[in-house]
Amino acid sequence: MRIKRPTPGSASIAVLLLLLGFALVVQLKSRNNDADLAAARPEDLVRILSDLDAQQTRLRNEINDLEDTKRQLDSGTQGQEAALADARKRADELGILAGTLPAEGPGLQLDFVAGGEPVRAETILDAVEELRGAGAEAMQISGAGAAGSAPVRIVASTYFVDDGGGLRVDGAVLEAPYRVTVIGDPQTMLTALNIPGGVVDTVRQHGGTVSVNQADPVRVTARHAPVSLKHARPVS
Amino acid sequence: MFAVIALVVGVALGVIFRPTVPVGLVPYLPIAVIAALDAVFGGIRARLDKIFDDKQFVISFISNVLVAALIVYLGDQLGVGGQLSTGVVVVLGVRIFGNVAAIRRHLFRA
Repeated sequence: MRIKRPTPGSASIAVLLLLLGFALVVQLKSRNNDADLAAARPEDLVRILSDLDAQQTRLRNEINDLEDTKRQLDSGTQGQEAALADARKRADELGILAGTLPAEGPGLQLDFVAGGEPVRAETILDAVEELRGAGAEAMQISGAGAAGSAPVRIVASTYFVDDGGGLRVDGAVLEAPYRVTVIGDPQTMLTALNIPGGVVDTVRQHGGTVSVNQADPVRVTARHAPVSLKHARPVS
Repeated sequence: MFAVIALVVGVALGVIFRPTVPVGLVPYLPIAVIAALDAVFGGIRARLDKIFDDKQFVISFISNVLVAALIVYLGDQLGVGGQLSTGVVVVLGVRIFGNVAAIRRHLFRA
């Protein structure tokens, strides 16, 4: 059947065979994927299956381990952040108590104005102790005049000494009138200052006056130079 | 001649495009291919016997494919798709063997 030009019959044969070749290849390709497994023996298939099972178990364990590690790291980070924030807060509080950090908050301003005789160091010390007893958290004292205008932070080791007409506080000489700025509960401190025989009373008896102003916030800006410890070591 | 060229072109198209078999056709395609192969071998044998007829080849080709697909479909509906497919493959295989044997006798005189 050697023909030079396509007749309708041979054309349709060609189309059919084209479809056949196409379908044949498509079918072969689609079967190819599983050919290995289809030809494998049952024992091999069982072995492959158990291998895959073991692999799956191992990978699942690995996932669990990694998730545990992730959780631990997450909680560790959170714990560290909390500890750091806590330590920072504590350092701030201790800094205020030790006088190395400026502070602000509700409190009082006390102005000691001398009358006939100057306000003595022991009066100021009494006032400071009274305020401490009433829960004062931060204090500073400032005097008048160019020399005494710089305020001095009052901390545990602060001393007050009479120095001529003025007052020596931690080495700095202040001139009257003095102003004590204190942060603490205003009502408690007012009560403590005004008790009979207390600070206000004593100053009045010497002819002076103490004017007490409540303010919120008052600012304690003076700082005590930190002391570097030579002998004491923390116990831990 | 055209038939061989068309077959080669069809194979080439299948290799180039790599189509995936639609899910609905998956049970029918292998049977249809075998039925078509049966028709092709029958055609080759008829040609060697000098009794080849275009119309007869086309009709036998199409009807082979359709009947094979129909039998598989019927088997699927009756719940014996697998067995019936095997039966069709066996029958077509026997026919292909018979045709190939006739072709062989023609070509090698043996």
